[in-house]
Amino acid sequence: MHLSRLIRTIQLALKSLMLHKLRSGLTMLGIVFGVFSVIAMLAIGEGASQQAQDQVLELGAMNIIIRSIKPPEDTGQSGGGNRSRVLSYGLKWTDFHLLDKTIKTKSKAIPVREIVQEARHLHRSLNVRLVGCTPEYMEVNHLELSQGRFLTDEDQQQLTNYAVIAHETAQELYGIEDPVGSSILVGGASYQIIGVTRPRTASAAVGGSLSGQDYNKDVYVPLETLRSRMKDLVIRVSAGSFSAEEFQLNQITLLIKKREDVIPTSDVVRESLLLDPDHVQKKDFAVVVPLELLKQADQLRWIFNIVLGSIAAISLVVGGIGIMNIMLASVTERTREIGIRRALGARQIDIIQQFLMETVVLSGIGGIVGVLLGLSTPYAFLGIQWFVEAFVLEAGSGDSELARIFSDMKPQIAYWSLPVAFGISVFIGIVSGLYPAFAAAKLDPIEALRHE
Amino acid sequence: MKLAASLHDLHKYYDLGSVVVKALRGVSAEFPKGDFVAIMGSSGSGKSTMLNVLGGLDRATHGDYVLGGHNVAQLGDDDLSRIRNQMIGFIFQSYNLIPQYTALENIEVPLHYRPGYPAIGEAERNRCIDLGEMVGLGDRLDHRPYQLSGGQQQRVAIARALVNDPEIILADEPTGNLDSATEEEIMAILDRLNRQGRTIIMVTHEPEVSMRAKRRIHMKDGLIEREDNATAT
Repeated sequence: MHLSRLIRTIQLALKSLMLHKLRSGLTMLGIVFGVFSVIAMLAIGEGASQQAQDQVLELGAMNIIIRSIKPPEDTGQSGGGNRSRVLSYGLKWTDFHLLDKTIKTKSKAIPVREIVQEARHLHRSLNVRLVGCTPEYMEVNHLELSQGRFLTDEDQQQLTNYAVIAHETAQELYGIEDPVGSSILVGGASYQIIGVTRPRTASAAVGGSLSGQDYNKDVYVPLETLRSRMKDLVIRVSAGSFSAEEFQLNQITLLIKKREDVIPTSDVVRESLLLDPDHVQKKDFAVVVPLELLKQADQLRWIFNIVLGSIAAISLVVGGIGIMNIMLASVTERTREIGIRRALGARQIDIIQQFLMETVVLSGIGGIVGVLLGLSTPYAFLGIQWFVEAFVLEAGSGDSELARIFSDMKPQIAYWSLPVAFGISVFIGIVSGLYPAFAAAKLDPIEALRHE
Repeated sequence: MKLAASLHDLHKYYDLGSVVVKALRGVSAEFPKGDFVAIMGSSGSGKSTMLNVLGGLDRATHGDYVLGGHNVAQLGDDDLSRIRNQMIGFIFQSYNLIPQYTALENIEVPLHYRPGYPAIGEAERNRCIDLGEMVGLGDRLDHRPYQLSGGQQQRVAIARALVNDPEIILADEPTGNLDSATEEEIMAILDRLNRQGRTIIMVTHEPEVSMRAKRRIHMKDGLIEREDNATAT
């Protein structure tokens, strides 16, 4: 088709559509909202999955995380008469040395021990997470310092009693005082503070086997120091009953050198650990592979997108039905015009093109407006969030969990969805225009000319 | 004598399922170039069917229709569209203008459907304006049909019929909706076109109008009943 003819057909279509501005506008509105809702739905889905992905990425795509988990109750036999029994489970130093020696694809193996303890400074106290760790811990967990320094290898070797405390720990226990240089009492042992970390957003729970971690109430001490002081026994007194647990390590993080080795290595890790009959019996460890989770999250994202997108696409189809409806009415209304054009030499294909171009222009303009509206989704959503927070939640709906999820939502426009939504709208325009266009072209010119 | 159009033993049957209606039952006629002929007859005589076949809007069941040297009786839909566009100029009783177009745009419509779809250039637009002026519409070319009187609308239709310089002009009751003064004006234009050498075939049932033609063909029951070429003087 020549350009001049194409332009003429488009002009013709615009002219016919402009004849009924309200009708064309309303018909177009169906497509506008269809395209808008496709883009908005995908943006909300994309935002949610992006959050999930960020959480996984925070764990490090190149890491394999092995966690100790408490075995199920029945294997512990913690019945009423058995309260003096010491529950012994979890990753051991032997596991660490085994992995450290045998896994060749790793660049580092980082052991961690965590205990919840009461920390004191003067008359103030706070329940903190006492983390025995190595210098790499800072890098792996994306910690940043606001003051002082982090632990070093020398601290490990010399069993220094240095500690680095987290932002909130510092605030709660020291207030406006400068904590660096003072001492902190954790679980009865005194440490000297050498650094303070910056506030860090808590990591969310991932994959069930790794609970969320709040890094803001931590105290970091050299792992070796902690080991020498605490031994491996943890004694808890709660609600009158007393329990003691024996475990050595909470977590071993393996940093893998190459991305493609991550998943095969995780299998090797599982198998190596299961060589120990204790682990087989107690099922007391879990291997978390962020890369695997990332892939799952990716799959989930696709399912999410497809479901949300399909729901929105239904409204596009409804818009398409609207177009077909109007075009059929238009064909009936303009039967005479079709007859005139046919008598003056228009071929059937010319009539088809004329009507098809009308629907394409209609849905195309609707699509463009919808895309522009769709681009405003994040801002529109901010407005909705503000409105809901200001008026709905203020009124005390009470469902705070839901409210929190809602205010955390951050739609993110999936840029591929813009051409896709536009393409679908034009496609729907063509499909819904085909039948009316063919119906128009099939009219008998003599009958059409007689039509009143 | 060169023929603009000729019909040879033309039959047109409509199969209505239970009955077959024979609208034309063997019509033969010749229309020399520069002819001005009126086709007359009562309703059901077959004159409308004949006009539809002549206009390329309908195909004969059998028989030949030669237009400008080509047998067009058995052409397909696209070819017939082309014939209508290039070789036939229609003038209808109810004008049949496109309501959303101005007079000038209406005159241009056949140009849009020319073979190969060439763009409408300056020269063609001027020709359309000239045609509009020729039929006496000079200052009304930017008016839309609803702003025009019946006579003015029919003038637009005449200009439109001429725009592709057709072989024959088919007029179907061209003055049927007009008062007698306007009828006279329109007929004067047709007279003038005929004097300029245009071939005009006109269907009418009004004797006075038919007397403006050079000859009359009277139809009855799908056949030509008689012809006369008496002049109205």
